[in-house]
Amino acid sequence: MAELKVTAIKEGTVIDHIPAGKGLKVIEILRLNRPNGGVLLLASNVHSGKLGRKDIVKVEGRFLSEEEVNKIALIAPTATVNIVRDYKVSEKFKVEVPDEITGILRCANPNCVSNHEYTVSKFYVVSREPLKVRCHYCERTMEGDEILRNL
Amino acid sequence: MDWKGRDVISVRDFSKEDIEFVLKVAERLETELNEKGSLDYAKGKILATLFFEPSTRTRLSFESAMHRLGGSVIGFSSAASTSVKKGESLADTIKTVEQYSDVIVMRHPMEGAARLAAEVAEIPVINAGDGSNQHPTQTLLDLYTIKRAFGKIDGLTIGLLGDLKYGRTVHSLAEALAFYDVELYLISPELLRMPKHIIEELREKGVKVHETTDLEGAIPELDVLYVTRIQRERFPDEQEYLKVKGSYQVNCSVLKNAKETLKVMHPLPRVDEIHPEVDKTEHALYFRQVFSGVPVRMALLGLTLGVLEGV
Ligand SMILES: Nc1ncnc2c1ncn2[C@@H]1O[C@H](COP(=O)(O)OP(=O)(O)OP(=O)(O)O)[C@@H](O)[C@H]1O
Ligand SMILES: [Mg+2]
Ligand SMILES: [Zn+2]
Repeated sequence: MAELKVTAIKEGTVIDHIPAGKGLKVIEILRLNRPNGGVLLLASNVHSGKLGRKDIVKVEGRFLSEEEVNKIALIAPTATVNIVRDYKVSEKFKVEVPDEITGILRCANPNCVSNHEYTVSKFYVVSREPLKVRCHYCERTMEGDEILRNL
Repeated sequence: MDWKGRDVISVRDFSKEDIEFVLKVAERLETELNEKGSLDYAKGKILATLFFEPSTRTRLSFESAMHRLGGSVIGFSSAASTSVKKGESLADTIKTVEQYSDVIVMRHPMEGAARLAAEVAEIPVINAGDGSNQHPTQTLLDLYTIKRAFGKIDGLTIGLLGDLKYGRTVHSLAEALAFYDVELYLISPELLRMPKHIIEELREKGVKVHETTDLEGAIPELDVLYVTRIQRERFPDEQEYLKVKGSYQVNCSVLKNAKETLKVMHPLPRVDEIHPEVDKTEHALYFRQVFSGVPVRMALLGLTLGVLEGV
């Protein structure tokens, strides 16, 4: 409970069970670090029963929707999202890989137009287990490590 | 079916109904063209052909198709002579060209370029090849050629020969054939076998697939033999390449056990994968295939322009 004491927030979102080391990337993808935003907390390498070590991100004053949070499903498939109201967890959900991934993944095909012209990248999820996505532009598929390397 | 304003980018965007519809319209246009000599459905319409990469057949057949529909054509056949060289973005080029034209046909060396162009343009965009990705009008004209030769596609046994690993033409054709009740023989050297995921997809869709390296063994089974080129670059050494090249050349001796009705197709240009002695046999369908490009592209131009009421 010591952890909760120093990092308690009144209203906001706690993203828990992020794989260790991916917390910063989560903040970046969800753009949580805004100049005039609420308090933002990152705890790294926290002991976790399920994951061994995990990262936790807490942001005050923002209630992330499931849709927004699903953007992190590729790097933090284990994450759980807790909506905190009046210091208590009022809602909890797991991230889910969305049907489409826009703007966060780069295409691994060097000859893909999305790597040369101004575009917002877009991928369709072809399979979730194992994760496989298809580029909207060049139609090539990416899986596994290739996806992680291009986030 | 409402085709007006639609883009033609990838075989993946088509349903079986779409394909059948295009083939039917192409057939009607071919008949009408034979009767009347020329048509005027696209009178007053302008096609822009943007070929950032050279091509003879595809560009000429699109231009011919537009002229035969009574429309006119503007465009370029290499990026060298355009503002692209000055660093203009593809999006800006497209937004400019659409001020001058009613439909765009584009070939580009990058995969996904046609999709991007279609997103930017208000007018329809037809993909005439985007890098190694798609060339949907080739697939449609291949299907059209088969349908015209046999009166049907269902029930046929079709052999795909050559570079099945990298060949985009055979990949798209195989995917489109999966809509039909066909049996496929995938004939290639070990090194150039069709990717597993495509074979799985075909089998999931109920296509009976046989993989073999033996051309002569497969020949007697086939109604159609679709030949593609095997490129030297795919092989680690010259010896291996020559061996493979020799064993996959289609000539009269290889065809001696073929059904009398077997048709040989090829997307052209060919180098020496089909011997010229085959040209004068009843088996040769590849020049007829070239001809098919015109009615199929007429259909696509007319449909996307929305000028074919009554066809
Ligand atoms: N008011 C708060 N301020 C900051 N963090 C909070 C607050 N309330 C809960 N948390 C954090 O949110 C996460 C989820 O809280 P919860 O009480 O549901 O824990 P839990 O039962 O361990 O949940 P889980 O089964 O998801 O691990 C924990 O990391 C907890 O420390
Ligand atoms: Mg917990
Ligand atoms: Zn791509």
